[in-house]
Amino acid sequence: MAKVAKVRTRPTRPSQPASPERHLITPEGVDLRLTLASAGERAGAFLIDIAILAGSLIVFTIVAALAAIGAKGQGAPFIAAIWLIGAFVLRNLYFILFELTPRAATPGKRILGLRVAARNGGRLTADAIFGRNAMRELEVFLPLTFLLVQAGAIDAWISLMGLIWSGVFLLLPVFNRDRLRAGDIAAGTWVVKAPKRKLLPDLAERDLTPSRVIQFTPDQLDAYGIKELHVLEDVLRRYESKTVKAVAERIRGKIGWPEGSGEGDGEFLDAYYRALRGRLESRLLFGRRRIDKFDRDEGA
Amino acid sequence: MAELRLKSSRFRAEREADWRRLESLLSRAERNAAGLSDEDLLAAPLLYRSALSSLSVARATSLDQSLVDYLESLSTRAYFFIYGARARVTERIAQFFARDWPDAAKALWRETLVCFLLMVLGIAVGLILCLRDPDWFAAFVPAQLIQGRGPAASAAALRATLFSSGHGHQEWLTTFATYLFTHNASVALMAFALGFALCAPTAMLVTANGLTMGAFTAVFISHGLGVEAVGWLMIHGVTENFAITLAGAAGMRIGWSLAFPGERTRLDAAAAAGRGASIVMGGVLVMLFCAGLLEGIGRQVIQVTWIRYAIGLGTGVLWLAYLYGPRAIRRRTALG
Repeated sequence: MAKVAKVRTRPTRPSQPASPERHLITPEGVDLRLTLASAGERAGAFLIDIAILAGSLIVFTIVAALAAIGAKGQGAPFIAAIWLIGAFVLRNLYFILFELTPRAATPGKRILGLRVAARNGGRLTADAIFGRNAMRELEVFLPLTFLLVQAGAIDAWISLMGLIWSGVFLLLPVFNRDRLRAGDIAAGTWVVKAPKRKLLPDLAERDLTPSRVIQFTPDQLDAYGIKELHVLEDVLRRYESKTVKAVAERIRGKIGWPEGSGEGDGEFLDAYYRALRGRLESRLLFGRRRIDKFDRDEGA
Repeated sequence: MAELRLKSSRFRAEREADWRRLESLLSRAERNAAGLSDEDLLAAPLLYRSALSSLSVARATSLDQSLVDYLESLSTRAYFFIYGARARVTERIAQFFARDWPDAAKALWRETLVCFLLMVLGIAVGLILCLRDPDWFAAFVPAQLIQGRGPAASAAALRATLFSSGHGHQEWLTTFATYLFTHNASVALMAFALGFALCAPTAMLVTANGLTMGAFTAVFISHGLGVEAVGWLMIHGVTENFAITLAGAAGMRIGWSLAFPGERTRLDAAAAAGRGASIVMGGVLVMLFCAGLLEGIGRQVIQVTWIRYAIGLGTGVLWLAYLYGPRAIRRRTALG
């Protein structure tokens, strides 16, 4: 596997500089189109992780204290050493150990469907994970020390300056296109969305024996393009009766469907979806991708 | 009514079993990579490629949005599994000590030298200023580190801090060593991370560390305990300060490459610098662990000054030989 995936760090569409989509072309030549995690998701994942960290530290401290009381001071030095190591491991290795697992994500990132990936599309190495998390010292713990300092008037001003200065590093992800924090810059990583998606049933396969066959003319099917098809798919998957009714009426009006033909709204939409998808897909095979309803054929 | 079925539906029906199989394989792998059978491992790349080809076909021919989304997510997961890091932990650790760490440290020799000189400068300035005017001591040494070792303390009291008297505290030695390790590791991590802010804060931190040491030594020298104090510092200080110097050097490399990326883009330069720097930082933690043991246990158990000197110098020579000494040139195995 000497080949390494190619990544273009430019957004997919140059006209939209803020687009979170990035190309990741595998060695097999397929573009996987990664989506970057937004700053809000990153912050959310971090807050979840911090909550877990703080919670486990509190539990760990209580357990250590109970153990010390239970041992009646006999093993106190040993318990203190264990506590020190445990707190150190929690603070410094929590992120590293979780990101070293195959899913490359801390529990917070897992909950929000994120993962760490190497920016060049190659392997995510242990060194990179170590580096990106060692930088947290600068981004999180340094602002905290400035925040928690207790001082007189002059020192307070100094620590306020320090807080603003260190806040620059904390807020770095907001100010760059790839949402990189200092650790990501130094380690050559970024955080992408890696949601687990279920394979939903094929709408065109659903209910293959309709009560009656609904036929559409090519003109009626030419009213819409792919974008509308996907909206229709969304409507059918959610199947809220109000929306279904409104959409069916809208489509009937647009294609001039005769009134009083007697079929139900859902039935009508199902049939129209299948017919529209069939038409658009067969034209796709001939190299014609009709993006939306405004995308008319030349000369048609 | 087979002719009523869409081509994309038939395509999906034919391939679906493979996708499901890959999905369940990935779920198991993400839970526990070692739990995969040989059969699974052999099938994984094939299923991955077939999913990729399905994705290409689906993008070109299917307008079922949920199918394309599913295949994208499945292929991405499979990609990260197939091309993800899968070196065995033991192999990785062996390679780290045999090659990666010394190589990365050697590559940082310039920054290491700069950090070392800054520390020496700090020691010299702290020493000279405090010898001339003991009032400087309070400016250089943080209050929590003094512990009765200020300039006003008597020679006897100072001597007592260098050589522990009774055996009353023996049982707390491990605790003390642990505390020192975690404290010093935090200092080293900070020296590393501060390098990102274009080197200057790291330089300050390293120099300040030197100033503290210089000021301490000055107090002991002025009470005629210079030789003993240096031995007390050296037994662990050689390892500890070497580690902090390396951590500072690693941080500086990142800050420097951000400030002066050369022909590469700033991001590429920083990522390249960060790779080596992270490896060095891993080594720094190992060194600090050794220093913590030496400081917490070795220094309390060994009370003879010349042995302290010998151990201090010995560890210094060992680290230098290990990190910078010549080693047999081995052919690099390809990383894949």
